[in-house]
Amino acid sequence: MKSDIVLSGVGGQGILSIASIIGLAAIENGLYLKQSEVHGMSQRGGDVQSHLRLSDKPVISDLIPHGKADLIISVEPMESLRYLPWLASDGWLVTNSTPYINIPDYPPVEEILDQIRKIRNHKIIDADLIAKNVGSARSGNMVILGAASPFIEIPFSSLENAVKSFFGRKGQEIVNLNIKALQAGRDQKA
Amino acid sequence: MQKLLLLGDEAIALGAIDAGLSGMYGYPGTPSTEIMEYIQSSEEAESLSIHREWSANEKTALEAALGMSYTGKRAMVAMKHVGLNVAADPFINSAVTGINGGLIVVSADDPSMHSSQNEQDSRFYGKFAYVPVFEPADQQEAYNMVSDAFELSEKYRLPVMMRITTRLAHSRAAVVRKQKEPQKPFRLPSDPRQFVLLPAIARRKYSALLTAYESLKFENRLSRYNIFRDGRNRKLGVIACGIAYNYLMENFPDGGPDFPVLKISAYPFPNDLISDLTGRCEEVLILEEGYPLLEELIRGILDCHLKVSGRMDGAIPRAGELDPSVVAKGVGLTPEAGLKVPDIVKSRPPSFCKGCGHADTFNAVIEALKPFNGTGVFSDIGCYTLGALPPYNIINSCVDMGASVTMAVGAADGGLHPSVAVIGDSTFTHSGMTGLLDAVLKNSPVTVIISDNSTTGMTGGQKSHATGRLASICEGLGVEPEHIRQIEPLRKNHEENVRILIEEFGYRGVSVVISARECIQTATRRKKAEASENNSK
Repeated sequence: MKSDIVLSGVGGQGILSIASIIGLAAIENGLYLKQSEVHGMSQRGGDVQSHLRLSDKPVISDLIPHGKADLIISVEPMESLRYLPWLASDGWLVTNSTPYINIPDYPPVEEILDQIRKIRNHKIIDADLIAKNVGSARSGNMVILGAASPFIEIPFSSLENAVKSFFGRKGQEIVNLNIKALQAGRDQKA
Repeated sequence: MQKLLLLGDEAIALGAIDAGLSGMYGYPGTPSTEIMEYIQSSEEAESLSIHREWSANEKTALEAALGMSYTGKRAMVAMKHVGLNVAADPFINSAVTGINGGLIVVSADDPSMHSSQNEQDSRFYGKFAYVPVFEPADQQEAYNMVSDAFELSEKYRLPVMMRITTRLAHSRAAVVRKQKEPQKPFRLPSDPRQFVLLPAIARRKYSALLTAYESLKFENRLSRYNIFRDGRNRKLGVIACGIAYNYLMENFPDGGPDFPVLKISAYPFPNDLISDLTGRCEEVLILEEGYPLLEELIRGILDCHLKVSGRMDGAIPRAGELDPSVVAKGVGLTPEAGLKVPDIVKSRPPSFCKGCGHADTFNAVIEALKPFNGTGVFSDIGCYTLGALPPYNIINSCVDMGASVTMAVGAADGGLHPSVAVIGDSTFTHSGMTGLLDAVLKNSPVTVIISDNSTTGMTGGQKSHATGRLASICEGLGVEPEHIRQIEPLRKNHEENVRILIEEFGYRGVSVVISARECIQTATRRKKAEASENNSK
């Protein structure tokens, strides 16, 4: 088993939380993993990415080779396209449809979604709206993780456990909201 | 043993704690910052009373670490690659004095310049100073190397450099802990003149250093970090340094390549191992993260009749970070290409946080400069460097820590008026104060704006040495008190701030404007922490 995942978004959107939660779930399942992150200047509203590699054999490179990612998980639609060179031809792209517009030349959202629809395996969901509907507007990243979870070879219950332990110190209420967001994402069809 | 999921930086930090570290020193800089942060937040480090405070800059940090070594205890200092330029003087001379307790200098390079001004390769500093260098390929090796580096340091009485790059520093993997070692006892140097580099002593010590460096080449032939892996296909041989080894092996998931490979992670270069490889192959490819250090050495000036490829002949791109795909091409494989990025994808550069004080400061500076023609604003290293980007487009320089002040002095000498520097509070105490003293001594007509957010912001909000001291430092350096002005960069104060800036721009002497408002990120974190503290009461 191997799962090479590119996580993408804009600095501050919580992609490292997604990475940590998948990481915790991977450890629960006895998998090897490597996860590279972006720190420093680009975190300030710039594009950020993380390579997350899970396998039942030791992982060698910290970076995923081009054309080898099984999954792109993006919390921002334009950012999901930035990492297409990494996506395998049979890989999945799961993205939020709500744009994060902090640049003057942001393209029309419909054009971005059209490009995403050209990818063979894609899943576009309005994570912000779904998160709001379950009463946790700030849990869009958990909705996206839930939506991507069918494409990660880890039992869903392990992801739930990881969400519990990741948010545990923030109290039961926060844990419940994030579990609800995760489940709501899981329920979305491609 | 305990298994932990750690960044490369954290693996080094934990390795040091477990190896009996007594003092950790450094100045924040991406990608090295998390080494100190891990030790600062470690309960074990707390219970062991390990010294772990940020220093004013990399030079003071390295000198303090050398002082800790003087007492016989183990010390580590960490910085980003350009920080080693600041600390180059003590680094190179500490090789000549030698050490007492083990001393490790961690330098974190940033190939591809993710968060830096250049991609200089710290291994050159190791060679320049005749200091052994360890370059880990993964997190576990990084952890293991720390105790070995301390031992090597004490065996040869030399500082040891650990060189890492961004990718290892900021990538997580599982690390298995080893047995913990106790801290070293207090024991002063047996030779009281060991650290006195008077020429007569320095000549003797330098000669000993040269001898030790030759011995290290033999030592490294046996190092467990330099691994020779033979292969039947002798057409090609590959020498891969540090993390480049992983990018190579990634391309051969089923049992590795059929050609010989030499992995080098301990320097100086093990000459014998290298000639073992070159002697049995028709062609050699050299993979190095950073500059072509080994490649240049092997090629030499005169042709050695060996076919060498690497960064210098285009087999590997001349600049920038390596990755598995780049290395695949280098060894003659055809890597997967993936899909193209559609043209509609626009670049998204970093930007000021919403509500950032630097932004209000720049808005005031832009307006205050309007009455003056032909201006130049020198700036520095920090979040405020983003003032170079739209919509501000206001700063004209970002060179090195503190250069805003001294470039403004030089430009004023050349006839620029007003000559303005914008520098952050932490950068000012790092390297701006000495430049301001230059300005005061010649009464240079410059205005230094200290954009004070009470933290070292860009690296994630570390303690700033300047907090609460800026006005008194400037006054102590000799700036006239009536030309040390304080403003608060808020939209409601804009008119008043512009007026004050115009007054000081017009003044033909040294003026300082301290524009102070807490970093929006640290303020948010502080308020959250205070709220949760109140809740738990």
